[in-house]
This record gives sequence, C-alpha cells and structure tokens, in this order.
Amino acid sequence: MGQHEHKLEIFRGLIKFKSNVQKIWGVLIFLSIVTAIEVVLGIVKPEILMNSFLNLKLINWIFLILTIVKAYYITWDFMHMRDESFALQASVVITLIFLIAYLAFILLVEGNYIYDVMYEGFVSWNF
Amino acid sequence: MSSTISSAEIQNDWDGGGKPLKASYGKLMMWFFIVSDALTFSGFLVAYGFSRFKNIDSWPIADEVFTHFPFLHGVDAPMYYVALMTFILIFSSVTMVLAVDAGHNNNKNKVAFYMLLTIVGGAVFVGSQAWEWANFIRGEYGAIETKGGQIIQFVDTSNDNKRIAIKDFVVSVPKEREQHQGSNGLWYRDEASLPTFTLEEVSNSFLANPALVVRSEKIDEKGKKIILSREESIEKVSQGVYVVEGANLIRNEYGNRLFADFFFFITGFHGFHVFSGVIINLIIFINVLLGTYEKRGHYEMVEKVGLYWHFVDLVWVFVFTFFYLV
Repeated sequence: MGQHEHKLEIFRGLIKFKSNVQKIWGVLIFLSIVTAIEVVLGIVKPEILMNSFLNLKLINWIFLILTIVKAYYITWDFMHMRDESFALQASVVITLIFLIAYLAFILLVEGNYIYDVMYEGFVSWNF
Repeated sequence: MSSTISSAEIQNDWDGGGKPLKASYGKLMMWFFIVSDALTFSGFLVAYGFSRFKNIDSWPIADEVFTHFPFLHGVDAPMYYVALMTFILIFSSVTMVLAVDAGHNNNKNKVAFYMLLTIVGGAVFVGSQAWEWANFIRGEYGAIETKGGQIIQFVDTSNDNKRIAIKDFVVSVPKEREQHQGSNGLWYRDEASLPTFTLEEVSNSFLANPALVVRSEKIDEKGKKIILSREESIEKVSQGVYVVEGANLIRNEYGNRLFADFFFFITGFHGFHVFSGVIINLIIFINVLLGTYEKRGHYEMVEKVGLYWHFVDLVWVFVFTFFYLV
C-alpha cells in the first residue's frame, strides 16, 4: 500500500493544507464554526430572519444550507470522498440527492395538503 | 497484497477483476450500505417532516422542550446540551479520521490511541443521549389532555406568563386510589402507572387560583404558543380527561403525540447506530492491538469502520437540524 494521496485543498483551492492531518484539523475548525453559527442563530432567533421566503422562514433556509455544507465537508474530507473517483462520487451523491429530494418533495407537499384539508374542512379537530 | 490476477494482466474489461471505481471491494460495499442506510434515515426524517407539515400550526417548539443542561438545575438552557453533543460527535469523527490517517502510515500505536479516543467519544455521546431521553421521559411541567386529544399547558399570568409546573400549584387531597397491578386484584389485569395528581385535583387547584391560564397547542404567526383567556382556560380544563406527565409512546406533555414518537424513534435509531458503531470500533480496536492489521500489511478495516462512523456523525448533523433547529 502506501500510495494514499490526498487532495489537500478546500474551498476550491482557497486554502491548501500541508498535510492530511492539518487538513483534518482545518475542517474540524470550519465545522465547529458552522455549528456555532447554527447554535447562536437557534438561540437568538433574530427577528429579521423570521420572514418567510418560498414558504419557509429565512432562518430555516440558513439552517438547511449550513447543514448541507456540513454534510459536504464530512463526506468529502472525513470520509475521503474527495480522493475517490468521479464515478464513485457521482453514484453515491446523485443517487441520494435525487431520491431524497423526490421523497421530501412528495411527502411535504402531501403533508401541506392534509393540513389544508383539516384546516378548511368542516370537521373540528380540536373539540 | 496477493491477488490472483494483477491489473497489468487484464486484457479485456469483460474478464473481470477490473476496478472501474478504483476502490476496494470492502470500501465499495460499505458505501453501498451507507447509501441504503441514508435512505432509511431520510425516510424517517421525511416522515417527521410530513407529520410536522400536517400539524404546522400546532407542533411543539423544540426550544421549550429541550432546556436541560447537566448541573444547571432549573436554568433555562435551550440547545446548549445538544450543541455539546454535536461537538462531541464531530470530535470523535475527527479522532476517527486521524486513526485512518495513522493507518495509512502503518503507525500501530497511533491508530490504537485514536481508535480509543473515538470509542470514548462515542460512548460519551450515547450516555448523553440517555440523559436527554431521561429528561424527556420525566418531563418538567406536566399538562392535561383534553377529550379532543389536545395537550393544554399551564401558564402563570402573575409571573410574566411563564409556564408553571403542575406540582407547583396543585394541592393534593388524600386519596386511596392505587395502581392496579397484575399481582393483586384480578388476575392478568393491570393498568398503566397513575399520574402524581388526579385530574380532579388539578382542575380544582386550577379553579382556585385566578392567576392561572392555559395555552393550547396552536402557534401564532411569531411562532409562540397562543395563551387563552381565563374563561377559555376554565372551559378547556373542564374538558380534560387525563393528566400527562413526561412522555411515553402514547402521549406526552409537550404537545402532539407524534412528536414524542418521532423523537424516540429517530434519535433511538440513531443512538442504536452509535452504539453498534462503538461495538464495531471496539472490535477493530482489539484487532489493532493484537496486530492483525499490521500482519496484514494495511489498515483498510479501520478505514471501512471509519466510513460507518462518519456516516453516523453525518446523520446526527441532520437530526440536529430537523429536531432542534428548524
């Protein structure tokens, strides 16, 4: 063995680490900052982020995007997906993104519809 | 490594032995497993989203449910504890990837050391989750379930509309009602454990204290639970059928029944993954100590179990977002 070459740059080459160990610590710092931002936002809940955009509060959009960012760096650097072939990356990521997005879309739309039915229907659910 | 055929001998793609994805068999199978497990978890989380969208105006507010922190008794500390748990899990992910890196350098002692740290981190996480569950099951305030299956919670208007626990205002009346267990009375007949206070005690104490009102499950536009007036509150309390303390799989004092079910199911399933990850890590750790992988010449097993461990961390990132943040 011994031919374990790692791609050492993150942020599209903005930061390039000297060794794999250094990259691991760098990614940890980045993930910690992202988590800290999430926690602070979750506690403070700034008024301005409570407005809705596309049926979802801005703050929830931020949480969602930051979560996906975290997932990307865990997969790419901790699970070494960055060093795998494009075929492997694509077969894992595209499959999951497609299936999960489809599942989420279909069930959330359905949930929203059932809410409307219960809200506008003539049956009282709170008696 | 000894394989039956070296890649240089392959003439034809159809002869077998080629590696189009340039990854070993074991790692590929781990990736297959992770993809399928990710779909299982997304099924759970999406089902949670479905139920939440269905009850979008009455879902419990996570900040009011998870407010405990060890040694800070009675302090309202939303989020801090789960944030800590998240850091613990991310950190154990880091020690895992450091173990994998040490494995690439065939450094047995370092692999063993980092594996040990990972196991400790995982065990601390599982323990933290048990503590979280214990608090969730015990509950803090107590509530009443009405005949419509809604949870109403008590609020003290003389104390800045803060919530008040049932045990803080209910005056207990001497009573003789005992839990019916299978060991006494009729054979094979028993009932669930009784709440600390009877419905009658709670509603009488409520009527006797004019400062108390209740709040319903409904949420206003600002995401706060709607507090009812005293008259509406009396009306609601008179419809009560059950005193709810803490949470179980049937009802919980936080609100919608599905909330506790999903909490138990999703964090439980994740906790089980962490637990099995700890066990697998332990097995690999013992193998590292025994020198199994040193003899084998490579530490790919550490890499494979590492993939699983990172996946568990990855799932927690999503559970954290959808259960505690959003």
